[in-house]
Amino acid sequence: MTFFDQVHAVGPALALYAGAGAVLSADLLQGRRASIWGLAVVAGVVSLGWTLAQLIVGVEAGALGGAVRVDAFSIYLAAIIGGVVLAVTLAAREWASTLEQAAEFYALLLVSAGSMVLLAQAEDLITLFVALETTSIAQFILVGITRNDRSSEAGLKYLLTGAVAAAILLYGFAFLFGMAGTTSLEGIAVWVASAPEAQRLPLMLAFVFVAVGIGFKMALVPSHAWAPDVYEGSPALVATFLSVASKAAGFAVAMRLFYTALGGGDTFISQDWGKMFAVLAALSMIVGNTGALLQTNAKRLLGYSSIAQAGNIAVGLAAVAAGSTAGPSGVLFFLGAYAVTNVGAFVVVSLVADRLGSEQIADYAGLVKRSPAAAIVLSLCLVSLTGIPPTAGFVAKVYVFNAAVQSGERWLLALVAFAVLNTAISAFYYLRWVRTMILDEPRDATPFRASGGVQFVLAVSAVGVLLFGLDPSPLIQAAQDAAAALL
Amino acid sequence: MLTLFLLLPVAGALIAIALPAAREGEAKVIALAFTGLNFALAVVMYVVFDRGVEGYQFVERFEWIHGAGFTVQYVVGVDGLSAPLIVLLGLLSMVSVLVSWKIDVKPKHYFAWLLILESAVAGVFLSLDLIQFFLFWELELLPMFFLISQWGSGRRVYSAMKFLIYTLAGSALMLVGFLVIGFGAKTFDIEALTKTPPQETIVPLAIVFWAIMLAFLVKLPVFPLHTWLPDAHTDAPTAVSVMLAGVLLKMGGYGILRIVLPLMPNEAHDFSKVLATIAGFSVVWGAVITLRQTDLKRLVAYSSVSHMGYVLLGVSALGPVGLSGAALQMFTHGCITGLLFVMVGMIYDRTHTREIAKLRGLMHHMPLIGTVFIVAGLASLGLPAMSGFVAELTVFLGSIEAHPAATMAAVFGVVLSAGYILWTVERILHGPKTHDFHDLTDAKQWWEITAMAVLVVAIIGTGIWPAVLTDTVRLGIEPIAKIVEAAS
Repeated sequence: MTFFDQVHAVGPALALYAGAGAVLSADLLQGRRASIWGLAVVAGVVSLGWTLAQLIVGVEAGALGGAVRVDAFSIYLAAIIGGVVLAVTLAAREWASTLEQAAEFYALLLVSAGSMVLLAQAEDLITLFVALETTSIAQFILVGITRNDRSSEAGLKYLLTGAVAAAILLYGFAFLFGMAGTTSLEGIAVWVASAPEAQRLPLMLAFVFVAVGIGFKMALVPSHAWAPDVYEGSPALVATFLSVASKAAGFAVAMRLFYTALGGGDTFISQDWGKMFAVLAALSMIVGNTGALLQTNAKRLLGYSSIAQAGNIAVGLAAVAAGSTAGPSGVLFFLGAYAVTNVGAFVVVSLVADRLGSEQIADYAGLVKRSPAAAIVLSLCLVSLTGIPPTAGFVAKVYVFNAAVQSGERWLLALVAFAVLNTAISAFYYLRWVRTMILDEPRDATPFRASGGVQFVLAVSAVGVLLFGLDPSPLIQAAQDAAAALL
Repeated sequence: MLTLFLLLPVAGALIAIALPAAREGEAKVIALAFTGLNFALAVVMYVVFDRGVEGYQFVERFEWIHGAGFTVQYVVGVDGLSAPLIVLLGLLSMVSVLVSWKIDVKPKHYFAWLLILESAVAGVFLSLDLIQFFLFWELELLPMFFLISQWGSGRRVYSAMKFLIYTLAGSALMLVGFLVIGFGAKTFDIEALTKTPPQETIVPLAIVFWAIMLAFLVKLPVFPLHTWLPDAHTDAPTAVSVMLAGVLLKMGGYGILRIVLPLMPNEAHDFSKVLATIAGFSVVWGAVITLRQTDLKRLVAYSSVSHMGYVLLGVSALGPVGLSGAALQMFTHGCITGLLFVMVGMIYDRTHTREIAKLRGLMHHMPLIGTVFIVAGLASLGLPAMSGFVAELTVFLGSIEAHPAATMAAVFGVVLSAGYILWTVERILHGPKTHDFHDLTDAKQWWEITAMAVLVVAIIGTGIWPAVLTDTVRLGIEPIAKIVEAAS
């Protein structure tokens, strides 16, 4: 493998890191006059373009001495992460210009995203952990970047829970390394395939620790408690990034660990970890949905919704273990659909917070009269989060639930029945919000407009939600190719 | 051809919306042209329809979502059950444009919504895939909601919201039911599911049966799920009442015949007594409430609850005769109640009141409107030689053996309906001339005459020559009846 092949493999991450460096240097050299926003956008575009180039050329190789692996799976996730970071950057121009540390904001965003791309590629426990920590540390600062009380409190909360989760994850890694004697995921897989039955208990301990540790990124119970507080306290665009890119990266790591390292559905412990994810999924759904019912703050509501959605996605992880191959592709499809949907929802929340100075759902009353575009996009996204056709969220839910049902296992059928019940609960708070926007009379009917970048992001999100709902076949194909690379 | 039927109104709506504000008044011409064209298309389809074979005709299909472990298709097709309903839809859409001729508040939006409504309902009658069916079922809510809440009268926003919530609650359950069936059978194709009804599902089929049935019973509607209907009717503009009573209620009956019975025949047998009881009660209770109404439009609305009970009664008999009766009743009730709402609208336009107590002696001033009102009323109470008679008789013949008590109750409902119709006619049309109404004009405008004429022709035509309808309906009902009888 030549040097250029190596560079090409990690190109998308490299572009984001380089962008971060360029932003900081420009700020240092030119100060306020520098067009740091433009540099950040260029970095996002280059990263996304590079990912697409990898897709077209069709790279499938390990690089950097086996630390990372570029395949359809990592490309799929790199595309999601690159898309989200580009969307956040585009939407952030107006808001970030009011920020004292605008350059740091963009730089940290890019570093965090770059590490997430590496995370999706990681083939080795050490790489995985380092990338994960780089992502997290950048995020701790991002959450607190506005430096007011709420933001700082959220940042500290995120830091503390994140540190605990990282410690637990590392503990799980230590178990894996101790038993398998290697940090390479493929090496662990080889060991698991021939592991004696006596290793069942330590292995179970290992994957419980791993699931709890990585569950922090996915906002999955029992590592979910930070989500509402941190979403509420952090700037809306940072919350966008956390809720979509961070969740996608978390699931990516979980899939790499549980499919590649633990051998997917073929090993003697796959039933065990499948059932564990079934329990975690059920708990996440009920905790998220009942929590969201009473919320009056838009970002807190989306925080609980994010926990519930993590539960929905985890149904796909549980399905895998029962030998259902549709599971991993269902998870990947869901992540794609969730990305376009949640970005749209959060960007509207950010816009409203900016223009109205409020995050209370009551203040969304009559939004359709004040900014029809924002109200329609947010309604569409909420309908998609509920899972009503013809939106992406509907296809995603049906995909994942169907995967679980096809396995024929009783406990998975029960899980799906429970998930359907939860969807009914979620319809209540999602559609109530839609109702407020469309039917209630606004207290103040002055119209407002979004900036060009925000309008663009909202348009892309709305088109994506409808496109993946009406013609999901291309995304389904991509998700299946990605899943095939994983297995 | 069917896809064209589905898309023509949407094309009309787009053209209407694109009109410049100065020429907004021309929207009605566009709407009439497109609904007229669509009606012509429906008639051609009905004539060409091959009455020699069972099953779906004019089928068009392509795979829409595939590869994710399940397949969702776009499939449209008609059989003997849906073909008459498509003609009815074409007819009533045209009539509803005619009776809206004087709408001048935001006309281009109004007619665009009306056209979209036609497309949505057409989608429900034509879809042969459960998910596609559901999409059109939901799509119909949007135009209805806006038509009632923007162009209605009285407590229009409240009524529109009530309509929306009732239907949404029902359809959420329906979607869950569809998904359970689809997951179990690995297909959403109605034709395939009819051939091999689902056996193993994650939720007991009895629950699925009621989840889906509830959505259709809300739409039909029957007691106690009907309370949205009088409000929606009373506050809706005339054209929307015509569409609502004429075709939207039929979506409920159609869904039961097309989806519930063929896919879950065993459960239909298990619960046929329950359904018959609801139906019998609904007929009588609806008729009694109708008797007490003081608002002319509410009166017609409640009479619909009573009359749609016949549809459920025919269904609950689960035999070929009863099912045919239900299908016939859907068609004839569409024409008759459509006409009644047209007449109520015309009376209201002239007298500006719907209070029965304030109306009297209208026959002196408006002989034509009065006469047509009487024709519609007589058809509604089931006078022989009109379409209502054929349908009701068939329902009773079909159900008397299976559910004698419910049938007797329903026959009593006919007596009550004769009561409220004749009493209403007596109160508002006859009696001495009053000074209040001395300057009223009769229906003279061409659009009013046309709207009345086509519906009267349809009602009397199918009454004296029922074969034009029954031959086709039988073709659609027989395969369903076979499945249901085989399951008993």
